[in-house]
Amino acid sequence: MNVPFILIAGLTLGSAIAAMSLRNLVHCALCTVLTFAGLAAMYLQLNAQFVGFAQILVYVGAVAILILFAVLLTRNSETQPNTRIASPSWIGGILVAIFVSGTLIYSVIKSTKLAQTLPPMPDAPVKKIGEQLMTNYVLPLEVIALLLTAAMIGAVIIAMRDSKELVAADVSRLTSNQTEKKEMSRLTSAATEETQ
Amino acid sequence: MISLHHYLIFSALLFSIGLAGALTRRNVILVLIGVELMLNAANLNFIAFWRFSENPEALTGVMFVIFSIGIAAAEVAVGLALIIAIYRHYKTTNLEKVDSLKG
Repeated sequence: MNVPFILIAGLTLGSAIAAMSLRNLVHCALCTVLTFAGLAAMYLQLNAQFVGFAQILVYVGAVAILILFAVLLTRNSETQPNTRIASPSWIGGILVAIFVSGTLIYSVIKSTKLAQTLPPMPDAPVKKIGEQLMTNYVLPLEVIALLLTAAMIGAVIIAMRDSKELVAADVSRLTSNQTEKKEMSRLTSAATEETQ
Repeated sequence: MISLHHYLIFSALLFSIGLAGALTRRNVILVLIGVELMLNAANLNFIAFWRFSENPEALTGVMFVIFSIGIAAAEVAVGLALIIAIYRHYKTTNLEKVDSLKG
């Protein structure tokens, strides 16, 4: 076993457990960032440089910020120390997770077909990935471009407020502005009268 | 010397942590984070198999992970927009209180 793998794996698993079990949601989001960064280090260790930096860009850069925004936009009651953070059927969930991990690890350990030795370092420069993206994988690339556009428009439409609600908010803001203006002008005129 | 087994066991553990979080937490944002952890564990499997494969020049695993990361970005954007829409409607992110379809 080599030391970098153990360090990265321990850090990633520890921060993943913390992200799933802490009470404060902001702490959970920050631990998730640490997990994503550990996975990026794992990709770099496996000589997948492009994927490692894409992971940092997309997950640590964008997804973590989105999650933090969602945490800060929604008020939750779990930060009070006496509320429950787990669902009533949490024992079942833990048992299912232990069963799944046991099955996976058992089958991995028992298999004899898996490669034991590390093959020589593969040559995967970014230029080659770009050539592949423009030749063999050009159709998936276009499809994913379409998907991202649709998802962006859809996210904006879903998160937008209803038009009725918007109009009501605008009207109330306008009326409050007008009343403020009237109040201000009344006060200023009173002040000028006093000085006169 | 680390072999493919270690990476697969690590990703299995990460997958189960995400699964446990998605199944046990009450907050919908944490359920989404658990789903993301599971997706990342699957991505790590692709990269590990690619690195230990006989023919890594084909770049199949790397391509799959690149597309998977793109899809995950779209998924998170739509998921968090849905969470914000649900919060605006129910004023809570607790999954047990969002049960309008319950009979």
